[in-house]
Amino acid sequence: MLLEVRNLVKSFGGIHAVRDVSLTIERSSISAIIGPNGAGKTTFFNLLTGIYKPDSGELMFDGKSLKGLRPDQVMKMGVARTFQNIRLFHNMTVLENVMVGEHSRLRISLADTLLRTAGFSKQEQRVRQKASDLLKFVGLAGKGDETAKNVPYGDQRRIEIARALASDPKLILLDEPTAGMNPNESEDAMNLFRRIRDEFGVTVVLIEHDMKVVMGISEHIDVLDYGQKIAEGTPAQIRANPRVVEAYLGRRAVEDHAEAAE
Amino acid sequence: MASISAPLKQKRSFWAFLDKPSNALIFALAYIALTLLAVVLIDRRSLWYPLMNMITTPLFLFTPLVVVSLPLGKWLKVGMFVAMLLVVMPIVGIYNPPFLELAIQISIFAGLALGLNIVVGFAGLLDLGYVAFFAVGAYLWGMFTSNADTVFMVNGWTVDGGAFYIFLILGVAAAALVGILLGLPVLRLRGDYLAIVTLGFGEVIRILARNLDAPTNFTNGAQGLSGIGVPPLPGFLIGFTESMASALGLRVDNPDALAKQLLYYLLALGMLFVIMLICSRLKDSPIGRAWTAIREDEVAAIAMGVPLVRMKLLAFASGAAFAGAIGVLYAAKQSFIDPQSFILLQSISILAMIIVGGMGNIKGVLLGAMLITIVELHTLTNLSLQFNALRNANILNIPQQLDPSKYQPLVFGVILVLMMLFRPAGLLPERSRKLELQEMREEDELQHAMEEPLRDNVLADTSTPGEK
Repeated sequence: MLLEVRNLVKSFGGIHAVRDVSLTIERSSISAIIGPNGAGKTTFFNLLTGIYKPDSGELMFDGKSLKGLRPDQVMKMGVARTFQNIRLFHNMTVLENVMVGEHSRLRISLADTLLRTAGFSKQEQRVRQKASDLLKFVGLAGKGDETAKNVPYGDQRRIEIARALASDPKLILLDEPTAGMNPNESEDAMNLFRRIRDEFGVTVVLIEHDMKVVMGISEHIDVLDYGQKIAEGTPAQIRANPRVVEAYLGRRAVEDHAEAAE
Repeated sequence: MASISAPLKQKRSFWAFLDKPSNALIFALAYIALTLLAVVLIDRRSLWYPLMNMITTPLFLFTPLVVVSLPLGKWLKVGMFVAMLLVVMPIVGIYNPPFLELAIQISIFAGLALGLNIVVGFAGLLDLGYVAFFAVGAYLWGMFTSNADTVFMVNGWTVDGGAFYIFLILGVAAAALVGILLGLPVLRLRGDYLAIVTLGFGEVIRILARNLDAPTNFTNGAQGLSGIGVPPLPGFLIGFTESMASALGLRVDNPDALAKQLLYYLLALGMLFVIMLICSRLKDSPIGRAWTAIREDEVAAIAMGVPLVRMKLLAFASGAAFAGAIGVLYAAKQSFIDPQSFILLQSISILAMIIVGGMGNIKGVLLGAMLITIVELHTLTNLSLQFNALRNANILNIPQQLDPSKYQPLVFGVILVLMMLFRPAGLLPERSRKLELQEMREEDELQHAMEEPLRDNVLADTSTPGEK
C-alpha cells in the first residue's frame, strides 16, 4: 500500500468539494480517478499535494502522514504531479523546466554556489544530464534549448511529466494528461505512462475523462461524484456499475438504456 | 509557425566592418583616443563647456562597454577593460575631479540596481522600498562615526575610520537581517500588494531615521549625520595622485581629498565587480532557477519542490545585503547623510535603471544604471549650468523656472514612457524576454507575408505555409 486516504473532507464555504473519501493506491500500480466535471478530482489532487489543507481525514503515504505538509515537503516525500491547465515556467527553457523539478533533491548551499566549488559544478552537470535524459525518455530529445512556451501543446504535457519525474517520485499524479490529444497522441501518452511505471517503478495515478485511456491503462479505478466516492474496482467492474453510468449519463439515460436492452 | 523564417536582414556594413578583429581593435583605440582627447582638451573656461562636457564625458564613460562589446580576443579585451578602469579613468579623474565623482556615483548606483535586480528581476518580487536597505547600511556607519551629537558620540561608542572594512561586513549582515524582517510579513503578497507594502516599509525606515532623535538621539533626525568617518587612506594613492598631478602639470590644492576620491572610486568599482560576480553565479545555479520558477509560476514552483519561503527570503536578504554594503561606502563618501537621501524617488530611480536596462539581465541593468545616473547627475546638471552660463553672458535669458535639473522626475517619466512604448523589455533584455519580443515581430511579419499573397491572388495559393 503506497497511499492510503481515510475519510478525507474539504469544503469551500458551503460547497463540499470532497466529502469523506477513502481510497488506497497499490505500490507500482496504474490507477485512475474518474468522475463527471466538478466531482472533486482536482481538489483531491490538491489535497494530496498540500496545495489545499484538508478539513479532516488522514493521508498516509509510504507509512508517513502527509497532513499539514507544504507542497514542497510533499514533493520531497516523493509525490510529484502535473497540472490540468499546464503550468510550465514559460520563459525558461525546456531543459531548465525539468532541472527545476529536481530542486528538492539537491544539496543547495550558498557558499558552494558563490564559490563554484567542485561539488557544485559536479551536481550541476549531473542535474543537466539527468534532465536531458528525462527529456529523451518522454520523447523530447534535442528540444531542451527551446523556450517552454514555444513548444506545441502536446509536448508541453510531456515536459510537465519529465519535470515531475526529475524529483525521483514514488508516486506521480497526472491531472488529465491526455486532454486535447487526438487518438494517436493518446495512444503514445498511454505508452509513456506504462513506461513510467515499468522503467522507473513509479506508481501512476491519473485523472482522466477519455474513457479509452482510462479503460485501456488502469488496473484500478476510483469514481468520484459530487465529492463522494461512488465506486471502485477494475475497469470491467466499473463499466458494469450502474451508479457510475448514472453519474455520467443521468438517471433517464440509465433507464432508457435498460429499456432498450429489454 | 516558426518554420517560416523572416528574410535575413543584411548586416549593416558598419557592423560587418567591425566583425574583423583588427578593424575592431582600430575602432576601439580610435574611440578611446577621440573621447579621451575630447574630455581632456575642451576648454573649461569656454562658454559652451557644460554642453560639450555633457556630450563628451558620457561618451568617454562608455569606453569600457565599447571595448567589451567588440569582437576582440579575450585577453586583449580584459586587458583593455582593466587598463581603462584602473589606469586611464583614474588619471582623467585626477585631471578632472567631477569626472571621478560621476564614475563613483555610477558604480554605487549600478551596485544598488544589481541588488534590486535580484529581488525584482530574478525572483519577480516588486520592491518599491529598496532604498531602505541602503539607508540601513549608511546609517550604520554614520551613527558609529559621525561627530553629530548622538547617543553614540555622547557615550563614546564611536569607532574610527579604521573599522570601515569591518563595517562593510556588518552592513551586509544588518541589511540582510532587515531584508528578512521585511520579507517575513510580505511573503504571501504578490504583485501590486507587495509593491505597496514595500513602499510603506521604505517610508517607515526613512521616517525612523527622521524621528529617532528623541527621546534618545540615535540618528540626529532631520539635521542628519555629519562628519562621518572615512576609511584609512593608503599611502600609495596619495603618491599616485601627486606624481600624476605633477606629470600632468596640474596644481592640486588638496591631494589628500583627491586621493580619497580615488579610493572611493576603487572601492566602489571593486564592490560592483564582486556584486556582478555574485549575481551571475546566483543566476546560473539551482537558486537562480528556483527564483525564476517563482517569478514564472509560484504554484507550480512550490509543487515542484521549491521552498517558497526560504527562496523568497534569500532573494530579499541578498538584494538587501548588497545595498547595506554600498550604504556604508556611500555614507563614508558623502560624509553627510540625512533622511532626505533615502526618499521614495531614490527607490524609483533604481527601479527605473532596471527597467530601462532590461530586467533580469546583468549587463542590461549595468547599462541602465549608467544611463539613468548620467542623465540624473550629469546631463541635467550640465544643461542647467549651460543655461546659467548663457544667462550670465546675456546671450539667452532662460527663466530660472525652466532650470532642467528641476525637471528630473519629468525627464524620468518621459524616459520610462518612451521605453514602455518602444523597448518594453529594456535596452538589453534577458534572453527569454528577447525571444518573446522577437517572436511577436516574427508573427507580425508572418501576418504581412500571408496577407500579401492573399490580396494578390486569393484562389491560386490555398496551402498555407507553416501549418502541418
